[in-house]
Amino acid sequence: MPLEISPLTPLLLEVPFEWNYIRSIIRVSLYVSLVAVTLSTLCSLPVALFVGFKDFRGKALLTSIINTGMGFPSVVVGLAVLFAVSNQGPLGSLELVFTPEAMIMSQFVLATPVIAGVSLAAVSSVERNVRDAAFAMGGTRLDVALVTIKEARYGIATAVLAGFGRAISEVGSVLIVGGNIAGADGTSRTRTLTTAIQLEAQQGRYETAMILGGILVVLVLLVNAIVVRLGSDDGGYR
Amino acid sequence: MTIQRRAYIATVGGGVVAGLAGCTTLGGDNDDEAGISGETLTLTTTTSTYQTGLLDELNAPFQDRYGVTVEAIPKGTGDALETARNGDSDAVMVHARSLEDEFMEDGYGVNRRDLMFNDFVIVGGPDDPASIAGSDDAAAAFAAIADSESMFFSRGDNSGTHTKELEIWDEAGFDVESAGEWYNDSGGGMGEILNVANEREACTLADRGTYLSMRSNIDLEILVQGPVEGGPELLANPYGIVAVNPAVHDHVNYDLSMAYIGYLTSVEGQEIIENYTVEGEQLFFAKALAEDPNFQQYVPAGWQSSDGDD
Repeated sequence: MPLEISPLTPLLLEVPFEWNYIRSIIRVSLYVSLVAVTLSTLCSLPVALFVGFKDFRGKALLTSIINTGMGFPSVVVGLAVLFAVSNQGPLGSLELVFTPEAMIMSQFVLATPVIAGVSLAAVSSVERNVRDAAFAMGGTRLDVALVTIKEARYGIATAVLAGFGRAISEVGSVLIVGGNIAGADGTSRTRTLTTAIQLEAQQGRYETAMILGGILVVLVLLVNAIVVRLGSDDGGYR
Repeated sequence: MTIQRRAYIATVGGGVVAGLAGCTTLGGDNDDEAGISGETLTLTTTTSTYQTGLLDELNAPFQDRYGVTVEAIPKGTGDALETARNGDSDAVMVHARSLEDEFMEDGYGVNRRDLMFNDFVIVGGPDDPASIAGSDDAAAAFAAIADSESMFFSRGDNSGTHTKELEIWDEAGFDVESAGEWYNDSGGGMGEILNVANEREACTLADRGTYLSMRSNIDLEILVQGPVEGGPELLANPYGIVAVNPAVHDHVNYDLSMAYIGYLTSVEGQEIIENYTVEGEQLFFAKALAEDPNFQQYVPAGWQSSDGDD
């Protein structure tokens, strides 16, 4: 076993927690954040392209709504989602309260304005003559959109990363709508890295909290590295 | 003759008091080397004493009299003790005897005193799928919850309530680690857990004070009463206060801690606890004024046996 000669091994053997616990927390964190960010991206990109291309009444208003949404307090979003999915709420019959799906809903609401806002800026900065050229070559609206996305891909990748960063490092709303629940066997149901850190710190188990914090930072770095690598094959910052 | 002697004592006593007042500035905010005036006591405490407002009621007369400040930091029992272990607080007021004993045995605390008590209750939705309503055996009620696999929410945060919950599962002969889907550990404050349990119509163990303060907003009912309403002694919730050992952390304010502990366990402090009510309900019951004071309280349970183990 190569692990046995690693200098990290004694450190890992003494960790004050169960690996199953950590693994399930990471799984829930990634599942919730990735699904939320994927859905957000699918919704945000058309909005960003539409707002970026078209001139219409209320464009300035919509842009400022998106920009306000980027800084919207997450606990307020959590509360709103909780009211929506609670037993007495309009979506109460779906029994979503304190499930990963409810957490996805709140992270979707949080990440969408960030992704829409940042990719809107990226799309707007694509030069007009690129779009005109695409049209002139007989491209359909979809072709033009795809060309624009290709041109703005680094900015859009930044947008998705910002959205992911907001989603995975979020505490307040996931605590409210998720309930920070783990099973008796120590597997997470709605416990994420952030809410686990909060809980460990609350119990004075600062070592475990620090390790979980380290894992969270490493995860965010990893995702960043992957996205930057995907986006920078030929171009990077324009 | 008697009268004369009294007059003499009164005169001398008065003179001493006047003399002391001259050099210690009672109630002032001067930093005087003699006395504790102007100093600050850092107290880590469990959230229940803080959120119910009892601490403010207790601390105000103490602060007025001695010209000191009590800074109460509300934390779960586990974190409160950990903070004290690190020497970041002068005294701790908590409610998990086993954790307190460990804290004492490790040498971090001295002069633990029983302070007061109230009780825990088992609450659940009105359907009561485990049919435990009215039971007078907490362990049997927990066993019934496990047998019927009724949904149960646990604090899971190493708090006093969580420690008590594990003690009851232990008493019921049930290993929580092996519990199935019905057992949920939702780490968080008592209020949050009551809300979560309310949404899911699940059972949970709650301290009576927090439950009473939230009763109007939730549908959960008390299924098993604690000893305050004649329930089993197993659900008792005793609070203790411990001074941080100055021999371990020499910067802690030991004199002020002991003055505070003395005040809390005095007739005056205990009467404030007895008379404190929220919406007409008494939340805490004085313990230091008991008819049969518990002299064993200074000795952690199992002190001798664990001495041998080490």
